[in-house]
This record gives sequence, structure tokens and C-alpha cells, in this order.
Amino acid sequence: MLNLEHLSKIYADGTRALSDINLSVHEGEIVALIGGSGCGKTTLLRLIAGLDRASAGAIRLDDEPLSGPHPAIGIVFQEPRLLPWLTVFDNIAFGLDGVSAAERKGRVHHALEKIGLVEHADRWPRDLSGGQQQRVAIARAFVTNPKVLLLDEPFSALDAFTRASLHEHLLGLWEETRPTVVLVTHDVQEAVTLADRAIVMQPKPGRIFDELSLSLARPRDKTGLPFESSVRRVLTALDQSLNTPHKQPQREKDRQAAALWW
Amino acid sequence: MTGQAESQAWSSLKGAAALAAPPLAERKRRTFDWRLLLGFLLPVLIALLWEAAVHFGIAQGRLVPPPSRIVATLLALSETGELWTHVWATLWRVIVGFVIGAAAGIVFGALSGSIRTARYLLDPTLQALRAIPSIAWVPLFILWLGIFEASKVALIAVGVFFPVYLGIAGAILSVDRKLVEVGHVFRLSRLKLARRILLPAVLPEALIALRSGLGLGFMFVVAAEFMGASEGLGYLLVDGQQMGKPDQILAAIIAFALLGKIADSLLVYGTRPLVRWQDTVRERL
Ligand SMILES: Nc1ncnc2c1ncn2[C@@H]1O[C@H](COP(=O)(O)OP(=O)(O)OP(=O)(O)O)[C@@H](O)[C@H]1O
Ligand SMILES: [Mg+2]
Repeated sequence: MLNLEHLSKIYADGTRALSDINLSVHEGEIVALIGGSGCGKTTLLRLIAGLDRASAGAIRLDDEPLSGPHPAIGIVFQEPRLLPWLTVFDNIAFGLDGVSAAERKGRVHHALEKIGLVEHADRWPRDLSGGQQQRVAIARAFVTNPKVLLLDEPFSALDAFTRASLHEHLLGLWEETRPTVVLVTHDVQEAVTLADRAIVMQPKPGRIFDELSLSLARPRDKTGLPFESSVRRVLTALDQSLNTPHKQPQREKDRQAAALWW
Repeated sequence: MTGQAESQAWSSLKGAAALAAPPLAERKRRTFDWRLLLGFLLPVLIALLWEAAVHFGIAQGRLVPPPSRIVATLLALSETGELWTHVWATLWRVIVGFVIGAAAGIVFGALSGSIRTARYLLDPTLQALRAIPSIAWVPLFILWLGIFEASKVALIAVGVFFPVYLGIAGAILSVDRKLVEVGHVFRLSRLKLARRILLPAVLPEALIALRSGLGLGFMFVVAAEFMGASEGLGYLLVDGQQMGKPDQILAAIIAFALLGKIADSLLVYGTRPLVRWQDTVRERL
């Protein structure tokens, strides 16, 4: 269980990026953070990952207060951030430091299979496509079996096809160990595809506006009515959070808006 | 995107996966570009013209000897073993000076690049020293270290030090913060962070710095050997001037050019495996 208690972040220049965030994510849950640009989503993930310090409040993982990077917390950044001097294999193995060579090989190989890049194991990151690089970054985070996985818009730079296939890869990896996932996204479809719960955030200062439960059965049928209505619910909440009144919801318009929301 | 196209996209995940994973791009075998030989055309042409001009008595060739005489001088010098003595003397000075200067440059560059306090402490002084033309040290070095090897090596080391220092410090300062954060996420200790992230990240720029250091090393060895030496290619130059042997001067110049080029190529090719991962245009140059 991941607990955020009265979390605030004020940057050195006085920007109030987050104010009084309270959130509990239980084990194995996938939570999507959704909200406009600048409402503190990245800041929140960086605090949980221990890359920045909160100005006030606490973060607890299973009642253990966190201060700094924790071995049970993994993060995938918006960019792949692969180390260009390591092969795909070594990039995935980067976090497996105290692990025996044989086990490292097994685990990386398994991850490579899961993301469908076995034949690319010995290539340099520069020779991979953007989507392939992002898959390697996801595998690098998963291979250490984190309890909590933080994903900061990991698919936002990719086209819809690649994104759909990466959602599959992500869920495939998630099924194995069921880590807690906090996913930041701009894409309502993505949130409804992946998450159990959507947290809608508001900027200035960054705070939680609304929470929506997305308890659809997995695997999710993206063409079904429950999916559609969930998308609509999230969109409505988003619109309210942006204080732009929602006019005459039209199915087709909604769908387009969902895909191109940012 | 319309709803229809989208649902097609969702439902054809297999196809999407295939799209996302294009087959290995086959590297095109590089074929030899004959235009590279064009570079030889001009020097060879000029050499032939000059040779012919001297041969047919159009030019005198005393002060500017024809290529055949320069080659003959080179061969003669190498047959007596004299050339190799001089080459070795020069090379040894450059190597020792380079190693000392580069080592100091790496150490100080690493300190000033990675520790802020060290940078405030060291950088202003080193920058001030850098403003002094290195040759200006020569009289002092001779007074302090004598006219033999030590002062020559010191001059070369000073010449090598500054580009290496600047290059290393700059490379460390410009390491991508985002990659360093990856190290933080995996909780690397300072030492491991340096070894697994900083070192490989600065390697390409560090090698460029070493290369320019080596180039300056060859520049300063000439200056060092001008200031009084009994052997070395620089001595051959001075000797050729004093004895009025322009063919010897040109032979020494050619030896310098070859030596410098060979040393540079050794450095580049010797370290290429270390930076093979780089995504730059250099591969195509
Ligand atoms: N290092 C920093 N120093 C000062 N202010 C910052 C810093 N990083 C972020 N901010 C500010 O904090 C606020 C939240 O930024 P954050 O990056 O968390 O937003 P975000 O929700 O991730 O936005 P986006 O969706 O565009 O990525 C913004 O107003 C931003 O300008
Ligand atoms: Mg962000």
C-alpha cells in the first residue's frame, strides 16, 4: 500500500507545484493520474521516486516512510532514458546489480521475451525505434520486480498503433507480479484502458480534483459500451476540472476528444 | 483519427506489434569511394611538376630540393639509423609529456568538473595560467629544470594539460542530468555512479580532448627541440638550417607529419571500440 499524506511541493522559485495531496493506492492497483499541463503530475512521481524532496507531508510504502530512492519503487520516464553505451540487454540488466550472472541472464531474457525484443538484445539503443526504446525502458523498470511502478506519460510520444501494442506489453508484464502502478497520462483512452482508478488533478497549485473508479473487467473491450461510458465520465470530470462547461455530449466528438485530448 | 479507424487499430494488436518492431535494418556495406583519391592529386601533381622543372634545368632546386632528393635524404638518414634515433627521441618526449600532461589534465578536469568547491578553487587559477602562451615558460623551465630532457617534457606536458583539462571538465559538466537520475533511481553509490554513468558519458568528449592534447604535444615538441637538443626531429630541422641542408629540413617535416598522423590514428582507432555506441555522424565521415 502506497500512502501519500498531506504532500506538498514548493519549488525553490516559489512555484506551488503540489498542495496537500492525499492518496492511497493499494497493492496491485493501477491508478491513472490525469490532468492538464503543469498540474504537478511529474512532480508527484518524482517525489514518490525519491528524486525530489517534498516540502511537507509524507510518503509511506507499507507504513515505511520513504526518503530518497527505494529499491521497491521503479520509474519509467517520459523519455526512454536508455544508456546509449549499453546494449539493450545491458540496459535492461542495469538495475540488477546484486544478482548472480545466471539469474540476471534469465530475468533479462524473460523480460525481452515479454516485450518482444529478444532478437534485439545485442543492439545499441540508437538502432531502435522510439517505441522499442520505450519498451526497453519499461522492461528495465520491471526486471527488478518493484512493488510500485511509476510511469510518467511513457507512451505520449508514440503513435496510436504503437501505444496500443505497448499497453498490451505493459499489461502482460504487470500480470506477472501485479505491482502497484501509478500512471501519468494525457490520454483518457489510455487511462480507461489500463487503470482501476483515475485521479483527476487541477493546477495552480496542483491538487486532486476528483477520483473515478474504472472497475471494468480485464481484458478490456475498447469498443464496448462500459468502456465508452467510462471514457465519458473521465472526460466530464476533466472538463469540470478545467472549468469549461461540457456542451451537448456527442458520442463521436467525445471519442475524438478522448484520443486527442491533449 | 476517426472512431472506426481507431477500433481497427485496437483490434489488430498483432499488426501493431509488427509495425512497432521493424526487421533489423541491414547495414549497407561501405564501398570504397574513389573520390577519396582526389586528395592525392594536387600534391602529387605539384611534386611531379617540380621534379620535372629541376630535372630539365628550368629551376635550380638548391633551396627547394626536388622530391627525389628529399626521398633520397630520408632513405639515407634511415639507412644509417640516424632517422630512427631522431624519431625515437622525439616520440619519447611526446609520449612522456603527453602522459604526464594528460594524466594531470584528467585528474584536475575530473575534480573541477565533479566537485563544485574544487571548481571554485582550481578553475580561476588554471584559467589564468592558460592565458599564458606556453612557450613563455621556456626560459623558466630551462632555469629550473636544465636544458636537457626534463624541461622539454615539462613544456610538452603543459601544452597537453590545458586542452585535456578543459575538455574533461566541460564533458563532466555537460553530462545529461536525465541519465544521472537513472543512476539515482537504481541507488548507485557515488563511486558506481561515476563508473557506470559519468565515465562512459564523458568518454567521447574526453577522447576528443586527448586528441587535441596530442596534437599540441607534437607542436610543443618542436619548440622544445628548438631550444637546444642534440637529437630529435626538431634538432634535424635546426641542423638543416644551420648547415644549409633544405632537403634535411623537408625530410624532417615529412617525418613529423607522418609521425603525428600515425599517433593520432592510433589514438582514434585504439579507442574506437569504446565509443562505438555513439549516435553521431562521425561514422559517416
Ligand atoms: N524544477 C522546477 N523548478 C521550478 N518549478 C518547477 C520545476 N519543475 C516543475 N515546476 C513547476 O511545477 C509545476 C508542475 O510541473 P510538473 O512538471 O509536475 O507538471 P506536469 O503535470 O507533469 O505537466 P505536464 O503534463 O506538462 O508534464 C509547473 O508549474 C512547473 O512550471
Ligand atoms: Mg509531466
